[in-house]
Amino acid sequence: MAQIDVKLTRHLFAFFPQLEGKALQVEADTVAEVVQALDAMAPGIAHYICDERGRLRPHVNAFIDNEMVRDRRALGDGVQVGQTVHILQSLSGG
Amino acid sequence: MADKTLWVATRKGTFRVAKVDGRWQPKLSGHPGVSVNFVARDPNSGRLWALLGHGHWGAKLSISDDDSATWRDNEAQIKFPEGARYLTQDMFEDLDSEHGVGWKLLTKKATVLKLWVIGFGGDGAIHVGTIPGGLFTSRDGGKSFELNLPLWNHESRGGDLFQGDGTGETKWFGTPASEGGEFAPGIHSIVVDPRDPKHLYVAVSTAGVIESLDGGLTWRSRNKGMILDHTPDGEAEWGHDTHFIECCPAAPEHIWQQNHVGVYYSADGAATWRKVSRPEQGVHFGFPVAVDPKDGRRAWLVPGHSDQQRMTIDGGLFVARTDDGGESWQQQRVGLPQQSAYDVVYRHALAAGEGVVAFGSTTGNLYVSEDGGASWQTVGNNLPPIYAVRVG
Repeated sequence: MAQIDVKLTRHLFAFFPQLEGKALQVEADTVAEVVQALDAMAPGIAHYICDERGRLRPHVNAFIDNEMVRDRRALGDGVQVGQTVHILQSLSGG
Repeated sequence: MADKTLWVATRKGTFRVAKVDGRWQPKLSGHPGVSVNFVARDPNSGRLWALLGHGHWGAKLSISDDDSATWRDNEAQIKFPEGARYLTQDMFEDLDSEHGVGWKLLTKKATVLKLWVIGFGGDGAIHVGTIPGGLFTSRDGGKSFELNLPLWNHESRGGDLFQGDGTGETKWFGTPASEGGEFAPGIHSIVVDPRDPKHLYVAVSTAGVIESLDGGLTWRSRNKGMILDHTPDGEAEWGHDTHFIECCPAAPEHIWQQNHVGVYYSADGAATWRKVSRPEQGVHFGFPVAVDPKDGRRAWLVPGHSDQQRMTIDGGLFVARTDDGGESWQQQRVGLPQQSAYDVVYRHALAAGEGVVAFGSTTGNLYVSEDGGASWQTVGNNLPPIYAVRVG
């Protein structure tokens, strides 16, 4: 599996302070595996990012480097060494 | 008594309200900035449960074992099991239609759209109602929750969709009350008979009142006497827009219901309902109802104008109380604003218990009465929109 850098919106640190300030690196070949690895580090975080069907929540976005993931339903997009996965909140509301 | 506490769920956090130096004072006591749909104490364990709706991050159960000093996500969260599906009506763009839109019946995979209400049984069971209409029960103090399958697979909503396509018909309609406004049916009321924890009622927007006598193994409709005004068959078994139900703890056969089409009262455990609206006295439309803990014939409402005008009547806020099973009503206005007040009080935001009646509005006003509603004290005028008020 590839070593992947992960960057999270700071909003998530309010719920998972143990991740704040850390350089997050996980072993994963897909975005779904990135989320699984995060959940091992911070139990419960997968349910913040995805619903119980494993779909990205409607107001959450995930990017591989600068590209938005294509598979929001199963997060099957592949990731490679040197890439960074960003998990961010969409702007909704004012 | 100094130990009376109100728990107030708001659009922007959980508030604890208690008397300090003789005055009711609200204090932000958890979940700052987070939408809280409901907060209540489990009388069996003393634990506080808050039902959160994070805008981005989904619905979460939050718990506190130290009276709201600290909160944490409950280890077990409410999740629909793999394969859970439901039938629902959805609007779609239909360019061939004169109106540009049509309605179609869809089968959707279930995901929690909202945690709406929590109820506690004398046997320690914890019940949670959701949108879409799921009843989840924990029998291990909250370590795990299970979807009640007999209700989820009920014939009135199309049968067992885990195994196939069911009947393809549902008599449960929706509510737009989910976090994102998605239209789906929801369970907003859970009544557990204090004498028998296997005797349960739930109420659904939009289906009506449903009863189980065997701890949730079987369910039946309890909508006799209720009259629909939004379907051709006014006496249909299903399709009732119950806004909230509550029973009298000391006399549980007395059950009250604020419905979309009026106020109903049952003195026989929901076997039959009697309409007790008095529109000429301003008692008809609204969302909440609270029942006296000891006297099943006494109840409070916070009426609104009507379905079409969901606001106070003529800009004056009042609570309506009956002491005789809805035969007569009195308007309680002392201490409440009577000019330019347009408050709306949601279904969970009126409570009676421990000698207190309290309610909060979507305009952030919170009021308490210690004399059965004869007079009201203002607790706050600038709170966030209030979703629920519970005593205890």
